[in-house]
Amino acid sequence: MYAQMVKSTGEGVKSLEEMEPQERAFQERINADVKIEPKEWMPEGYRKTLIRQISQHAHSEIVGQLPEGNWITRAPTLERKMILLAKVQDEAGHGLYLYCAAETLGVSRDEMTEQLLSGKAKYSSIFNYPTLTWADIGAIGWLVDGAAIMNQVPLQRCSFGPYSRAMIRICKEESFHQRQGYDIMMKLVKGTPEQKEMAQDALNRWWWPSLMMFGPSDTDSVHSAQSMAWGIKQNSNDELRQKFVDQTVPQAEYLGLNVPDPDLKWNDERKSYDFGEVDWNEFYEVLKGNGPCNAERMAARRKAWDDGAWFREGLMAHARKKETRKMAAE
Amino acid sequence: MAAREHDQALFELALRMGDNALILGQRVSAWCGHAPVLEEDIALANVALDLIGQASLWLGFAGEIEGKGRSADNLAFLRADRAFRNCLLVEQPNGDFGHTLVRQFLFDAWHLPMLKALTSSSHERVAAIAAKSAKEATYHLERSEDFIIRLGDGSDESHRRMQDALDALWPFAGELTCADEIDVALAESGAGPDLVAIGAEYKDYMERTLKEATLTVGWEAPVRKGGKTGDHSEALGHILPEMQWLQRSHPGAVW
Repeated sequence: MYAQMVKSTGEGVKSLEEMEPQERAFQERINADVKIEPKEWMPEGYRKTLIRQISQHAHSEIVGQLPEGNWITRAPTLERKMILLAKVQDEAGHGLYLYCAAETLGVSRDEMTEQLLSGKAKYSSIFNYPTLTWADIGAIGWLVDGAAIMNQVPLQRCSFGPYSRAMIRICKEESFHQRQGYDIMMKLVKGTPEQKEMAQDALNRWWWPSLMMFGPSDTDSVHSAQSMAWGIKQNSNDELRQKFVDQTVPQAEYLGLNVPDPDLKWNDERKSYDFGEVDWNEFYEVLKGNGPCNAERMAARRKAWDDGAWFREGLMAHARKKETRKMAAE
Repeated sequence: MAAREHDQALFELALRMGDNALILGQRVSAWCGHAPVLEEDIALANVALDLIGQASLWLGFAGEIEGKGRSADNLAFLRADRAFRNCLLVEQPNGDFGHTLVRQFLFDAWHLPMLKALTSSSHERVAAIAAKSAKEATYHLERSEDFIIRLGDGSDESHRRMQDALDALWPFAGELTCADEIDVALAESGAGPDLVAIGAEYKDYMERTLKEATLTVGWEAPVRKGGKTGDHSEALGHILPEMQWLQRSHPGAVW
């Protein structure tokens, strides 16, 4: 999940009877599964919640280029280099559609960038972990994109039209990303003992951070309840996490790798896996900026933005000159 | 030309084209996630992707002509510095974004006419690879030219940066159109183009475009060359260890 702990109004969900006619009509459209489009009336809370969620999602795609980009110049074959380049390019493309979707709600891309760079806006905790070996590129595709898909498939049904449509496109690409990640893992586990060790080590490091991607349990969260009522969120964090574990454990078994959780056990009654508790302290520390790579990720994004200022200004200056010349010629 | 010598010249041509694409693609790919605007992250990844794809075709072809069972990956990841045949321009460091754009522009302005000429190669495979690559290079040059003009004739700072980059990189451009005996042999056999003609076209194009960009070059500046015959700048010796590291540290492993 690329958006974690997105705050809503915090006021609790209103019943239809408590709503003014305009809001009631809006809620009835959502209940009837009709998409909300940018120019239509919407409650301010709905708009703000969506801006927070979509921009956080977009920022995650942008920052998410960095851990994988770290291996493009070291990819082991020409084909792997091309696949990784295409994948990172897709992430940037996802960032672009998501920023566009957020812009329809009345916020500019520059404002969103400013919020990211100032630390005001968040991005997914997962991208603050380092990519130490080539196997991490496999593990990210398999686990991180796998977890993202789990969340993004229901988001295709989100009540806000532009976000829902962006998700439909993004999901198609994400499933290719997940397959390429799993394919890297397959090659490694069938390879030399060092390659197999690399694969196990990557699973050990990425397993728990991937489970954290879904965010802490939100059964009692007023923010999640409101997002669900508004059709922005469809499932609870725990439901999605469980689904992810159930899907991923057999894949790890097929690879011959061990999931690093001593409490992991098939529960025949629930027809689901029981698993251990995520270290939420670690999660909150990463969100606070104390993860292994928070400082590096933000420094890289700020450097790209600051070093590029002359480039952006140069293009604007040229456009102004051209305009002046055109006016003079008329 | 005897068949063996002809094959040797074709092998060199494939390496030169392939290594140019590979090394420039490697350089450009390092920008991924670090470009000045999101659209440029996407565009640079696209250019790098095209170039690595082309490298894969040229090097695959080189391996076939050589006939010693070396694949494109073998040639890319297990060849030593002195056996690389890219020109010096493409191995120059990324520098600021201006250097990256100028390096790309100087290369693309040669690459496109070179590929177009190679589409008439007497060798079918050369012509086919060139035709596929020329489509991509057309787009690369459009993008490069657009930036050179807009940033050259942009703000004072963008002009200064583009001019600085051009001053630093222009001496390397001459190698692209400088024919050695291999180029001459290839042109005589019909497998390769006449580099002198491409050089004349290159100069014309540069004069027009740089004028529009309000940038200048010393046309008579000494040319820095050597890469085509394996005499590289120090830069290549830093690119290869990074690029080849996994293959070299796990001999025989499959990825």
